[in-house]
Amino acid sequence: MFSIHMWIVFELLVSYDRMVMHMVLNGQAKRKVDRLGENCMNHFDTVAAIATALGEGSIAIIRVSGSEAIPIVDKIYRGRQRLTAVDSHTFNYGHIVDPETGEAVDEVFCAVLHAPRTYTGEHVVEIQGHGGIVAVQRVLRLVLNHGARLAEPGEFTKRAFLSGRIDLSQAEAVIDVIRSKTDMAMKLAMSQVEGQLSGKIRSLRQKMVEMMAHIEVTIDYPEHDVEDVTTQHVIAEGRQVAAEIDRLLAGATTGKILREGLKTVIIGKPNVGKSSLLNALSRSNRAIVTDIPGTTRDILEEMISLRGIPLNIIDTAGIRETDDVVEKIGVERSRSAMNQADLVLFMVDASRPLEAVDQELLAAVRHYPTILIQNKLDLPRRVELQELRQLAEGMQIVETSVATGKGLEQLEAAVEELFLSGGIEGKEGTYVSNARHVALLEKGRREMLEAIQSAELGMTLDLVAVDVKNCWMSLGEVIGEAVGDDLLDQIFSQFCLGK
Amino acid sequence: MRYHAGDYQVIVIGAGHAGCEAALAAARLGCKTLLLTISLDTVAYMPCNPSVGGPAKGNVVREIDALGGEMGRNTDLTYLQMRLLNTGKGPAVHALRAQADKFYYAQKMKETVEATNNLTLRQGMVDELLSEDGRITGVVTHTGATYKAPAVVVTTGTYLRGKIIMGEVQYQGGPSGQLPSLKLTDSLLDHGFQLARFKTGTPPRVHRDSIDFSQCEIQPGDEEFYHFQFSDQVEPRQQLPCWLTYTNEHTHAVIQENLHRSPMFSGVIEGTGPRYCPSIEDKIVRFAERPSHQIFLEPEGRDTAEYYVQGLSTSLPEEVQLRMLRTIKGMERAEMMRPGYAIEYDAIVPTQLQLSLMTKEVQGLFTAGQINGTSGYEEAAGQGLIAGINAAQFARDRDPLILDRSDAYIAVMIDDLVTKGTNEPYRLLTSRAEYRLILRNDNADLRLMEIGHKIGLLSDERFARFLKKKEAIEREKGRMRTTRLKAEEINPKLSELGSAPIADAASLEQLLRRPEVSYEVLSALKPSPEDLHPEVKEQIEIQTKYAGYIEKSYQQIEKQKKLEQKLIPEDLDYGVIKGLSSESREKMSRIRPRSIGQASRISGVNPADISILMVYLETHGKRSVANA
Repeated sequence: MFSIHMWIVFELLVSYDRMVMHMVLNGQAKRKVDRLGENCMNHFDTVAAIATALGEGSIAIIRVSGSEAIPIVDKIYRGRQRLTAVDSHTFNYGHIVDPETGEAVDEVFCAVLHAPRTYTGEHVVEIQGHGGIVAVQRVLRLVLNHGARLAEPGEFTKRAFLSGRIDLSQAEAVIDVIRSKTDMAMKLAMSQVEGQLSGKIRSLRQKMVEMMAHIEVTIDYPEHDVEDVTTQHVIAEGRQVAAEIDRLLAGATTGKILREGLKTVIIGKPNVGKSSLLNALSRSNRAIVTDIPGTTRDILEEMISLRGIPLNIIDTAGIRETDDVVEKIGVERSRSAMNQADLVLFMVDASRPLEAVDQELLAAVRHYPTILIQNKLDLPRRVELQELRQLAEGMQIVETSVATGKGLEQLEAAVEELFLSGGIEGKEGTYVSNARHVALLEKGRREMLEAIQSAELGMTLDLVAVDVKNCWMSLGEVIGEAVGDDLLDQIFSQFCLGK
Repeated sequence: MRYHAGDYQVIVIGAGHAGCEAALAAARLGCKTLLLTISLDTVAYMPCNPSVGGPAKGNVVREIDALGGEMGRNTDLTYLQMRLLNTGKGPAVHALRAQADKFYYAQKMKETVEATNNLTLRQGMVDELLSEDGRITGVVTHTGATYKAPAVVVTTGTYLRGKIIMGEVQYQGGPSGQLPSLKLTDSLLDHGFQLARFKTGTPPRVHRDSIDFSQCEIQPGDEEFYHFQFSDQVEPRQQLPCWLTYTNEHTHAVIQENLHRSPMFSGVIEGTGPRYCPSIEDKIVRFAERPSHQIFLEPEGRDTAEYYVQGLSTSLPEEVQLRMLRTIKGMERAEMMRPGYAIEYDAIVPTQLQLSLMTKEVQGLFTAGQINGTSGYEEAAGQGLIAGINAAQFARDRDPLILDRSDAYIAVMIDDLVTKGTNEPYRLLTSRAEYRLILRNDNADLRLMEIGHKIGLLSDERFARFLKKKEAIEREKGRMRTTRLKAEEINPKLSELGSAPIADAASLEQLLRRPEVSYEVLSALKPSPEDLHPEVKEQIEIQTKYAGYIEKSYQQIEKQKKLEQKLIPEDLDYGVIKGLSSESREKMSRIRPRSIGQASRISGVNPADISILMVYLETHGKRSVANA
């Protein structure tokens, strides 16, 4: 029932819960003896979510709450002591390790907090990692794969209310924050959702809803001359759906956005400030990969997390050595770098008039997602803005002075906007970078495999239909489409029924 | 001239399928009850198809029976044919459907109504509802008779400002040549109700002797004896067959040529019709690629020559209907006894109701059946039963009976109606239920009989039979768990059934979970010491085979129940809750959900709003009380 636009409030949840946590940690919470909550609490399962906003702050916290919180995290934690053995309210240094591969994913502090003196009133583990989007999402996925469920929007806070951890004035303050953040969160989520993933999932669900309508119509209209759905049919269609979900998930687990980041090239003529820009971006953004054992060091300086978006600056070494890709290898080489790029940062020197090489390069980047950067605005402007606008038709233009740090924030905002609006598309298929989406897709795949299995075992259609519908609902949650009347709409538009 | 005609505890307006169940329930619960009908000749009349049951609807009939209602019993007494549908698709969607003898059905129901204590059946058309300070006080009929009661159930069916449409012909009328109810609409509007205009239709009826059945496929009833009641007192009846034929290109050509005369397409009809039962003209326009459509010919009763032409619902002009009929194989010489027609009627917007089916505006006023925007006899009867029970509860100052969506299709329907409303006549479908595996045809007694007995409608005798059955099920389930078969005992049978052999030993329960293995096979090898009732064996089979899925459903239900049990105070002012989105605030203020669970089903109310609402309730001391 709660599937309605869950994703919209996902972002919301983050700030909502964080705020409550602060209140509790600041000792403002007045213990309230609550009744209802305690009755219900035991029934709650263990949930987890990222509790810090994406790309903000110097650490990222994954909060796990519920009766199984400690054993679940313990399964993926390697430290001096088992988390199940440590005292309550302790910080424990160690690593999060993927038990399947033995690979260390992040270096962490785990705060272990036993119920009831936690802000949800339940057992809580807070995993504080380095906060890069890749590491955080991998840790969250490990937690989810080992028995926790992804928290629903506002769920931590809901549990906190129910266990009487916060009082009225705090609750109302929280609400104001939620509501003021909703619009922003919704906007972001909407733009993301209009992208490729939702398109893929919509068409997948459309395929599924046709199959489901067929199943449902043979059930609800047994005497109509509609051909019965055979289990063979369900199996065949189900396999296609499962394969399609697999492809989406493959994009998530091995997709380059998580593995390598968005391939980004910085292009511009000599001395325009490319390496300064790279340095500035690296300085102001956390490097994604740190010197955690098991990860490679050599990509350290190329991978940056810009507002939570992983960027992989291609040919960085080249830029560093010569500060001039163009000079050395010419426009042709730049073109081939661009060919691999998901994003082009194109720099012009605003203190000098446009030259032929600028125009030539601009013409070359026209077909790539490009942000045009007018650099060196600390010096007097010599470039013709109108001319530039004409040449850069359709591109976002930002003004910077990398030397003074001015305009970097606008640049970051521009990259984020382009990414979230779907303007940057991966060359290797659809990105599924959100752990919630991954969790739902995996759930959907499991459900579809169960449907196929049931059908193969000769289970009846009423049971097979349950799994198919669950899968359809899980996929719907990814894009925030609730179970509505669309199944009925499909039944009545696809089949001719009547008395 | 108005005159005082009597005092009652419950008055029911309309004696159709909703009205009869409502009146019988109220009277049986001990309330002095008056049942008013426009005509005593159309009590429990079926103006459309002569059948009861089918997917979801049949489950409702069994639910009515389990709660102590009448429709199942009356159908078992009078049916022409009985079939269990969907037998190949699994027990959750098995559906019992009867061909009804519509005249005998009505006659028997009238007899029951007449013979019931505390119940007065009287002819009279209600023109006005009386109320004081937002509470219903009585009704006034067109002859001036004024009846007083603290609870009134309105079940006007398609009579409310009914309008019959057939080609260019249209007139005010109720179904099947009955009088319409013209004035009651004004009284509802005066009381502040928002009304909707809906449309439905029916096909023509033809004379049996004008049909060449040799040109049609026979559709016999099931040989196995099925019935709706959970009872051993039901007698089998001799069955009549139905017949199947098809429309063809000539039929479609006649319709195409006369489409301009169809009120559906000329714009005469303003009411919204149901998508699930379009007229034949609708079907050939929307599904132009189909060369033919099924037509079932169904007897309307044992002692009548009228046959119902299922699949040919139409509002084309009378003479076109006849030409259309005669293009159909087996109907070349068809004599049309009654033409089909469309009927428009007023309904109330059901979001104005509480889950008890009492209106939010007027205390003590209940509505049930087609006036609430549904279609179908079973949907009407299910609501009528609940409205009748709750009118009696209200009149006696007791808490209403509110079923959960996981209890019954009846509850799914009522919750859908009052929470989401409907913009077309609402029909129950199994796909509307999220817990379809639980709301089965076979277990309505296990779901509801305790409730029916507790409320006082289900007799002690029937309840005793139920308890016996329930205990036998538990005993046998225990035996299945503890009785084991060794590999050498069962493996030959397993290989015969194409099921993998077992290594060592397995319990009967484990073996029964295999799709290939039936209860009969196992009980042949290890029989139960008891002589088990077939209903018990059926439960063992289903509950064991589907245990995994059933368990999953129960987990979902448990989770959802917590939200259903968090009640919202009726007088909650959503305007003062900071942070609600304006859409949610508007919708929740209007619908006034009873619980957090219901609130979460309102379209447009998102989880953030639900969290905010929960915060508010928790922190303002207007906490919900668990509804144990």
